[in-house]
Amino acid sequence: MSEPNLRYSDVEDGLRASVRDLLADRADAATVLAHAESAEHDPGLWRALAELGATSLHVPEELGGQGAGYRETAVVAEELGASVAPVPFLGSAVLATAALLHVSQDDDARAALARLGSGEITATLVVPLSTWDSTPSVQLVDGGLVGTVRSVADARAADLLVVPAGGALHLVQASAATVTPVVSLDVTRPVADVEFTGSTSVALVGSAEDAVRAALLAGAGILASEQVGIAQWCLDTTVAYLKQRYQFGRPVGSFQALKHRLADVWQQLVLARAAARNAADALATGNDVEVAVSVAQSLCAAVAVHAAHECVQLHGGIGMTWEHPAHLYLKRAKADEIALGTPGRHRASLAHLVDLPG
Amino acid sequence: MTDLRDRVAALLAEHDPATTDRLDFLRARFDAGLAWVHFPEGLGGLGAPRGDQEIVDAALVAAGAPDNNPRRIGIGLGMAAPTILAFGTDEQRRRFLRPLWTGEEVWCQLFSEPGAGSDLAALGTRARRDGDDWVVTGQKVWTSTAHTARWAILVARTDPDVPKHAGMTYFVCDMTDPGVEVRPLRQITGEAEFNEVFLTDARIPDAHRLGAVGDGWRVAQTTLMNEWVAIGGRPMPREGGMAGVVAETWRANPERRTPEAHDRLLGLWVESEALRLAGIRLRQQLAVGSPGPEGSAMKLAFARLSQALSGLEVELLAEDGLRYSDWALTRPELVDFTGRDAGYRYLRAKGNSIEGGTSEILRNIIAERILGLPSEPRVDKDVPWKDLPR
Ligand SMILES: Cc1cc2nc3c(=O)[nH]c(=O)nc-3n(C[C@H](O)[C@H](O)[C@H](O)COP(=O)(O)OP(=O)(O)OC[C@H]3O[C@@H](n4cnc5c(N)ncnc54)[C@H](O)[C@@H]3O)c2cc1C
Repeated sequence: MSEPNLRYSDVEDGLRASVRDLLADRADAATVLAHAESAEHDPGLWRALAELGATSLHVPEELGGQGAGYRETAVVAEELGASVAPVPFLGSAVLATAALLHVSQDDDARAALARLGSGEITATLVVPLSTWDSTPSVQLVDGGLVGTVRSVADARAADLLVVPAGGALHLVQASAATVTPVVSLDVTRPVADVEFTGSTSVALVGSAEDAVRAALLAGAGILASEQVGIAQWCLDTTVAYLKQRYQFGRPVGSFQALKHRLADVWQQLVLARAAARNAADALATGNDVEVAVSVAQSLCAAVAVHAAHECVQLHGGIGMTWEHPAHLYLKRAKADEIALGTPGRHRASLAHLVDLPG
Repeated sequence: MTDLRDRVAALLAEHDPATTDRLDFLRARFDAGLAWVHFPEGLGGLGAPRGDQEIVDAALVAAGAPDNNPRRIGIGLGMAAPTILAFGTDEQRRRFLRPLWTGEEVWCQLFSEPGAGSDLAALGTRARRDGDDWVVTGQKVWTSTAHTARWAILVARTDPDVPKHAGMTYFVCDMTDPGVEVRPLRQITGEAEFNEVFLTDARIPDAHRLGAVGDGWRVAQTTLMNEWVAIGGRPMPREGGMAGVVAETWRANPERRTPEAHDRLLGLWVESEALRLAGIRLRQQLAVGSPGPEGSAMKLAFARLSQALSGLEVELLAEDGLRYSDWALTRPELVDFTGRDAGYRYLRAKGNSIEGGTSEILRNIIAERILGLPSEPRVDKDVPWKDLPR
């Protein structure tokens, strides 16, 4: 097996810079908080990201995408993690897109991918965001879809629902289902319940099981980069605050107890970044994907949560306020830890993959 | 890259490993620039990216070529060599690097002293100029492999009247000099891998000074930054280090597994794999440059994981974990973190968070040099070394 490429290329750095500029302009903390309060995503920002090509990077050009790959998509996910911008990236650009790519021999799938690539519509994969290895719950009854799926990410924003049912993937117009937003722990990526009561759908050719598997692998692998972005923001913000916050006549950041805690966050982030890059590279090359993704997800989820905890704690009282953005990252980090398999579930997968049975 | 493979093929064609004397082969490999490809031409390298070394190593292993037994000469390879490359004169590089790499000459590191460990810059071993020589007197301690070493990298005080960081100079010390005495120092493992070294009017020619007089602190920083990478960031396959040893014990002992140990093992396995990947990433970023303080992450994580994994292994072994191979005072030639038995590994790993800078000191360095957090109030910064409280 050849060595994975774990650097960021110049092209990837350039992409990062443009996404970061856009987010600095359009998704500052106050804007993000305002969207969070209304539990709405930001369609203007989404269109701007689509214009940059950032929402279809790993989609081949002949299918209406940018013809880049998962390494580039992961860089965008990192920046979106660092801004917790309210856009349906995970549900639409990653999960739904990866599922459709898996069945792209189907004409309807290709048509949907083209519309997703242009930013004309958004979609989501209708599975609970917490799914890693569970089976789909929607049934096919008399040619219509029946069932309820709880806690689906990015469903409220979706025009198109990609639904695994009866062994195939189905495309359903959002208007043909009942999408009920729920009050969500993660206020910048709220979930919704999706109910089908005999909804009409277009069934796609190909195995739903394989397509969902591919989508969850891609999702969990890319989510690791989002978690790196979250952790980096938490570390940078905390370091900056502790440099300028004075107590006892000196910057709080000069107290060794706190320096050591932040040094530990930094050290964990070094490992997490390597693992997340490795997962993105594995998704791009197809080498060793399952191990790479579960290593990354098991580690990065915990690192992001830890960084967010430290961020709140080391900001003191201000870290506990609604106004300070730290809570947005804490909520995202905690929800991400559950999303697409908890660290424990990924370790259980690894136990099989690397021959360490319990 | 094909060029590299051609060079390896040419070396093997001219020096068949099956019939060539081991040292002759190693010398020929050095002269072919295949020792450490990121070193300059003529000094065992080709000025190639660091990552290319793995191609060379793999091809030579496949051909059954002898290696230079890196566990015997780790201090030379990991610390002395990059420092000599960075600060040595042409003559010093030509004299020292080839026998260092082939293992003909073992190196040790005369840095720590009884009164100067974490605070290396407080060291008191004195070097006084005497004609073309320096005359050195003082005591060093915890010196690994001093008993097998031909040469040492040494930091000594040349000016006690200036603040501590300013008055030090870096030397290459001849361990066969009559003024150098090495005494074994027994470790918690029973063996004596490290030593006390007494220097009594040891003579060092000025030609063996590395860097300028008074610049020893800066030169020593290069050594230490390389040490962090050398300790924690070595290239290895998956399960190449302590994680692999413990994973094998796990696989071999199904009756001793518990759910709690399983969870811990998997967590540590994941982190070890991530550490391995972080090492790859660091080497890819370094390309041909030399490491900065980022390497401290490697060493910090490595120490923590080695300790947790080796501790888990002793627990797993239950009644066998209550035994130990041998407490005899031996003087090992190799530094081998994963060698001997589980009990040895557990005890030796305790040193990983002390040697080469303690984990506490590494956290200070990360916080101050990488994160830019303010330093602790310093009482010793502008005081001449001779007036420091001790
Ligand atoms: C196995 C082994 C091999 C070694 N090999 C070599 C060798 O080959 N050559 C060589 O020169 N040295 C060697 N050493 C020595 C090693 O570098 C020192 O032991 C180390 O730097 C610590 O110094 P010290 O022992 O004096 O401890 P001290 O500096 O006295 O530290 C005592 C405790 O205080 C903590 N501490 C000190 N300062 C601070 C601070 N500012 N902030 C927070 N905590 C602090 C330390 O982390 C430690 O826990 C070796 C050590 C070991 C264990």
